[in-house]
Amino acid sequence: MTNDRAASIEAEGLVREFKKGPRAVDGIDLRVAPGEIYGFLGPNGAGKSTTVLMLTTLLPLTGGSARVAGYDVVHEGPQVRRSIGAALQESALDPFLTGREHMRLQTAMHGLAAAERRARGDELLERVGLLDAADRKVGGYSGGMRRRLDLALALVHRPPILFLDEPTTGLDVQSRSALWEEVSKLASEDGVTVFLTTQYLEEADVLADRVGIIDHGRIVAEGTPAALKAEIGRPTVEAVPRDPADRERMARVLERFGESAAASPKGVAVRLRGGDAELADVVRALDAEDLALEHLQLHAPSLDDVFLTKTGRSLEGAGEDEEGGDAETDEAETVAA
Amino acid sequence: MSSVLFTQIGHVARRSVVRTLRQPAQIVPSLVFPMMLLAINASGLQRVTKIPGFPTNSFVTFALAIPFMQGALFSVMNAGTDLARDIETGFLNRLALTPLRGAALLIGLLAGALVLGVVQAICFLLVGLAAGASFAAGMPGVLVLVALSMLITLGFGAIGLVAALRTGSGEAVQGLFPLLFVFLFLSSMNLPRNLIQTDWFRHVATYNPVSYLIEGIRSLLVTGWDGEALALGFGIAAAIAVLGMVAASAALKTRLVRT
Repeated sequence: MTNDRAASIEAEGLVREFKKGPRAVDGIDLRVAPGEIYGFLGPNGAGKSTTVLMLTTLLPLTGGSARVAGYDVVHEGPQVRRSIGAALQESALDPFLTGREHMRLQTAMHGLAAAERRARGDELLERVGLLDAADRKVGGYSGGMRRRLDLALALVHRPPILFLDEPTTGLDVQSRSALWEEVSKLASEDGVTVFLTTQYLEEADVLADRVGIIDHGRIVAEGTPAALKAEIGRPTVEAVPRDPADRERMARVLERFGESAAASPKGVAVRLRGGDAELADVVRALDAEDLALEHLQLHAPSLDDVFLTKTGRSLEGAGEDEEGGDAETDEAETVAA
Repeated sequence: MSSVLFTQIGHVARRSVVRTLRQPAQIVPSLVFPMMLLAINASGLQRVTKIPGFPTNSFVTFALAIPFMQGALFSVMNAGTDLARDIETGFLNRLALTPLRGAALLIGLLAGALVLGVVQAICFLLVGLAAGASFAAGMPGVLVLVALSMLITLGFGAIGLVAALRTGSGEAVQGLFPLLFVFLFLSSMNLPRNLIQTDWFRHVATYNPVSYLIEGIRSLLVTGWDGEALALGFGIAAAIAVLGMVAASAALKTRLVRT
């Protein structure tokens, strides 16, 4: 995606400070082009949800500025809200209402004409595969069904920009894939700009045109997944000896080809200094030392490698050390406001 | 009010009624508990009517005003808990992202409580009449009683909304319920104020606004048309409703920090 067109989402020096604690968002600059899927990747507590709440006008900015659909989020809140759809963290649904009743309420709140409400509701329920379950109470829906309904509700007024805050957290693989497919279609077929937060590497990698990696409220890397990985460059080779007693010897052989990297408990891994081309040399060297292999695998660089390089920590589990999630912090602040 | 506002109020109210009707645990106690208390009081306190100066010889008629007050107190819990749950689950944020007006949200939620209040009032009247209560103000008085009862429900429902918006917690709203019941028990619910012998209790009951709400309803059952009792009942109920709505609007602005 390019930056030469008018941006759907723009932010400069975005800051959100909470009364008791560090800056949840600490000077973020963003530029998301129309029709782009922008993945905002980071661990729990990194500032993803706080950023979304500010961009969707639900949380005042402490500093900086942001425009969404060309409107200032501070001074033109109603215009921003008319231009966006949002499925925020946790499916905010009423367990006592049916899917169709949710659609009726949402279409009415967005001011759709009475004659159009039912048709629009059914159209979206069909699109997300919930038409058969439309008259069932949401309390009986699975996690995937709730998320799909959440997505449908965000689309009732045909917004050109969609915010999805961790839309697949807690979903099984099948539900996750179905949602990815729907989000991709929204961008590719309907030209919807999607701002998606996630803590899943694969989600950002598969779905996003561009990824911003956020840690401690700051963007530490930004670009297409391919470009970010290319920046890190070198692949990792992991070898598992057939005889566990050979692990140390195998490590000494592999060290000739690069610095060590994270590996499975039984294996040894190094980041190849000379790239993919060195794989054949690695095999020959192990053979020369008479080291039998149980398993040998070449790992292409991942976004986790990017995160590791930029922050010194692995993304997986990085949020566990931090103080709660964004949502908790935000709720505390909202109550205090 | 514009048609958009009416549409929004209608849909919020509809949701409120639908979700209440789908939760028997919300409806049944608000109907059964006041009736049980009426039955216990009426059977145990009938001899109170022998006290010189007691305004009626039917304690059921005298005590029938109490369920209407209790019903109103249940409206605090229903309206407040529903809103608190919306805050807890993020449903309020979903609504905040639509062009929903704050007034439509508050009025819609209270309209839902009022629908339940009407159902309660009709049940209490039917049970009261079946138990032998008389109705001094006749049929027009029934309509006035329902109107006063609705106004009281509106006021106490607004208090529930304030509690929900200030705390964002369903448990906190439910914690308010026993506190409001203390007001009920420290009122003239079981004896006319002039017959309360204990000084401090009589003073508390005199300063307790709940006494005047009960006496407004009771006047229609026992006395007929008592202008002073009705004026005080409607006046205090209206004041609670207005203050409650003003406080709820302010609390909503704080809660909905959308720009």
